[in-house]
Amino acid sequence: MKLLTHNMLTSHVQGVTKGYPLIIKATEVKVNELEFNAQFVSRMIPKLEWKALIQAAEWLGQSQDLPSTPKPNYESVEDFLRKVHRILLEVEVVEGCLQCPESGREFPISNGVPNLLLIEDE
Amino acid sequence: MAAYCGRACRQYLLHLAHDNVDFRLPEIKALLSLRNRPFDTSETFSEKSPFWQLNGLSEDDIRSVMSRTVCGKSSFELWGHGTTTDELRKSLLEYPAENMAPYLQQHSTYKINVYTFNKTLVFKDRIKKIDALDFLPFKGTVNLKDPEHIFCLLEDYGSDPNDIPEDPFHIYFGRWIADGQRELIRSYSVKKRHFIGNTSMDAGLSFIMANHAKVKADDLVYDPFVGTGSLLVACSHFGAYVCGTDIDYNTIHGIGKASRKNQKWRGPDENIRANLRQYGTDRLYVDVMVSDASKPLWRKTAQFDAIVTDPPYGIRESTRRTGSHKDIIKPPEDFSSGESHVPVSMAYHLSDIFADLLNFAARHLVLGGRLVYWLPIYRPEYCEEMVPLHPCLTLISNCEQTLSSHTSRRLITMEKTKEPEDSDRLSHLADPRFTPYQGHNSFREKYFSGVTKKNGKDAKATPRNKE
Repeated sequence: MKLLTHNMLTSHVQGVTKGYPLIIKATEVKVNELEFNAQFVSRMIPKLEWKALIQAAEWLGQSQDLPSTPKPNYESVEDFLRKVHRILLEVEVVEGCLQCPESGREFPISNGVPNLLLIEDE
Repeated sequence: MAAYCGRACRQYLLHLAHDNVDFRLPEIKALLSLRNRPFDTSETFSEKSPFWQLNGLSEDDIRSVMSRTVCGKSSFELWGHGTTTDELRKSLLEYPAENMAPYLQQHSTYKINVYTFNKTLVFKDRIKKIDALDFLPFKGTVNLKDPEHIFCLLEDYGSDPNDIPEDPFHIYFGRWIADGQRELIRSYSVKKRHFIGNTSMDAGLSFIMANHAKVKADDLVYDPFVGTGSLLVACSHFGAYVCGTDIDYNTIHGIGKASRKNQKWRGPDENIRANLRQYGTDRLYVDVMVSDASKPLWRKTAQFDAIVTDPPYGIRESTRRTGSHKDIIKPPEDFSSGESHVPVSMAYHLSDIFADLLNFAARHLVLGGRLVYWLPIYRPEYCEEMVPLHPCLTLISNCEQTLSSHTSRRLITMEKTKEPEDSDRLSHLADPRFTPYQGHNSFREKYFSGVTKKNGKDAKATPRNKE
């Protein structure tokens, strides 16, 4: 699971109102080198919940001095864009789980794929 | 063609392939829309014809369309046309010489092709037609192998193979610009794909869907019924980042029984990511997840540029969603092993799938973003009013692909034109048009009912991939 995805996920456990962001408990994390794409990162930045991204990076020990808010005029700051590209797309949780911050319900991640199915009555 | 026309008034000719006929116009319109150009054609335009004249475009616009289209075979800068050879000749003589000159230079090489639609000509007749064009000021030398410029004489002998006229209905002459992407149909064939399933979308249609959805590079595209990822493969080919979800654990993880004949179990390189790797687009793979499309897991402000999907029809793959015990009358068979456990499944009524899908798209598409999906139809009961609507989405196109005499599926394209307010969520329930699709809920029964009613060819009809 990549952090771009994690940034958009929220807990859908019934009755939960404060289910974002899901807590990441990773047992295996991988970093892949991907061709840098400045345009894509620039497009995504305004759509991100920045605090949740920083929090997720911290949970994975990948904070790498990301600023607490996106840099102004970020489209032209390549260094910053590269950091964001890395954290959004290159860092992957291979094994672990996602935990609903309100209900505590855990969703396993195996082989990079989160299983978010709820069982009946949840 | 008016003599004063400069670059801006140039006409182009598209030569379209003769399959998926209903899907062609929405595809070309969508691709023109990506360039912010309208579809502008002549008064004699006929959608069924394989030749379309386009106005108000630049050569770059044409090249851009041809770099994406799988419906378009080739494109030409139109120099002349007519319903008779005399008209064609007159038209060519009126075409500004200065527009022709750059391509007829003394030291250049060229060749002229003759293409006849719905008729076969013997070699000497083709040569005769080329010779009849010698009034044109060609100064270069003919090179059949590798010419700098290619010209084409195209003749339209109508659409009835049982009534081929002596003379064509329409003749065109133009300079070849670019071919379309029909080669993708072969190179992305599902037959050669690493990971397939029973319902993997045929390559041609998956690219048509990506085009109808106006998918472009650096978009983020989502498929809520991703299956084996065939739609994501097509979208990633056009440079979009892709993600998907599916309720089926085995399909998402690429394990379990194989869909290929002669193969029992899926191998290690069979999953969606591997498919993208096969075509060199795995850098565009974001994520796939196991989840129930009826219980979305995205935060309110999460948005996608396009949603491209093929929801289950309940025939080859069942429609399912997770549900509560109290809704179930009989116990399910698959309530077993730990990891592959699919929670108690309820029949996910077809009308609910589409109502949920449209609500989801209204909420999670960017403004101007498109939803493209297949709607299964029981033909004897179909009427246009059945196509689900939503106040935030505008219907762009509705193209039918016949599956059998009594069933078909329709590719529906919708564009988000309004942000939802809370009142919109339930408004569709009050809309009388919501209820007509209810009749399709027993699509599975109706689909198979045709099998018992008729014998012969219908008995074996299935929505099989044509490849």
